[in-house]
Amino acid sequence: MDGPFVIAFRLIASGDPALMQIIGLSLRVTLTAVLIACAVGLPLGAALALARFAGRGAVIVVFNALMGLPPVVAGLIVYLMLSRSGPFGSLALLFTPTAMIIAQTLLILPIVISLTRSVVEDLWAEYREQLLSLGAGRLRAVPTLLWDGRVSLLTGVLAGFGRASAEVGAVLIVGGNIAGHTRTMTTAITLETARGQLGLAVALGIILLTLTLTLNAAAWGAGQWARGRLG
Amino acid sequence: MKPVRDSPASILPLALDGMGYAVAGKPLLSDITLRIETGRRLIVMGANGAGKSLFLRLCHGLIDPTTGRRLWASGEGRAEAQAMVFQRPVLLRRSVAANLDYPLALEGLPRAVRRETVARTLDRFGLNALAERPARLLSGGEQQRLALARAWAMRPQVLFLDEPSSALDPSATKIIEEMVAQFSSEGITIVMTTHNLGQARRLGEQVAFLHRGRLIEHRPAAEFFAGPQTPEARAFLAGDLIW
Repeated sequence: MDGPFVIAFRLIASGDPALMQIIGLSLRVTLTAVLIACAVGLPLGAALALARFAGRGAVIVVFNALMGLPPVVAGLIVYLMLSRSGPFGSLALLFTPTAMIIAQTLLILPIVISLTRSVVEDLWAEYREQLLSLGAGRLRAVPTLLWDGRVSLLTGVLAGFGRASAEVGAVLIVGGNIAGHTRTMTTAITLETARGQLGLAVALGIILLTLTLTLNAAAWGAGQWARGRLG
Repeated sequence: MKPVRDSPASILPLALDGMGYAVAGKPLLSDITLRIETGRRLIVMGANGAGKSLFLRLCHGLIDPTTGRRLWASGEGRAEAQAMVFQRPVLLRRSVAANLDYPLALEGLPRAVRRETVARTLDRFGLNALAERPARLLSGGEQQRLALARAWAMRPQVLFLDEPSSALDPSATKIIEEMVAQFSSEGITIVMTTHNLGQARRLGEQVAFLHRGRLIEHRPAAEFFAGPQTPEARAFLAGDLIW
């Protein structure tokens, strides 16, 4: 019998279709969730940084706390929403990749919002008078501040990606780990390990680690480059 | 070369009528009554904490007076044709040319006009070689030159400067002073704070002397330096001379 690492490398080297399918789905779900969370979270976080309203402190605390939302709880919430008796049950989204995207967006969104808020708030303190003097009101300042904070914001987006690609609980609950349909890298590792079939689990673990490492290296490199290039 | 593209109505004189500013009931600036006339160079002087920066920010409209009035010839609202250069300019994390373009885009000028204005401004201030350089990586002197160029590109009728050269070395300071003098000769009204007595003498036409949040002297610069009327101003000038 070959050991799990030998099997793992054979699976990766041969480009095993089941393996590729799982990787593809995982990336599609997580990247889509990151994209949606950024589209919503970046402007919302910036607005939260610049706006002054009653209860602002409470909103900030809630979003900070939600950064630590346990994935299984996020999964449970989305499950309740999408299950047949839930408010969105008629959409029949439960156990589909879409449901997984929704759950992961819920996980990433607080990270993007909180980090953006913190970055933009610091920048605004530095830029406020100058931007007002140049003729930019608070609303117009938002895209300017987001763009000038782009290097720091990348870190937040990356943290969001890391969280989503690593979690099992949410995608397992709302996706159901259906082979060829909603099986992701993390849910597959859970299942294969439980079944004692360590080859596929190890292969997926290696790929997941490599992916995270590559992405972080790229982001770090981009940050270094930008600091030298943009000041 | 005139910075004014069209000839909009003059926003000057700026009339300050008993203008004051208080925080939590504590007055930081009180009862300032002063007219800033077109084409003048007004130097605002005073010790640290006298309220010079606050005075500029109130005039410029970054904050509103809590008492009294600030009245432009164009009305009560914040006049458009003004610009301000800060002690430490904030440049955006983009190229020199893009920094010049930014306020023009905010103004909603058409792209062609913006491109032409940026090119003219780069040319005018010898910034062509730096046009594509990231603004944040310029030296302190170059950054302040860019900040002044950016202000000029906005075609202000009045330019406020808050200690524009206090963080710069003598040669960079000289360049800044020359730029301010040129702006003035083009008809831009100058209101500037400085700690540097030599600079105040070189550039000042009028001096406003602030002491503990009050305007206690406002006279032609030559008269002020020849013989200040108040003991506070005398002490201020003497202190600096002894030093």
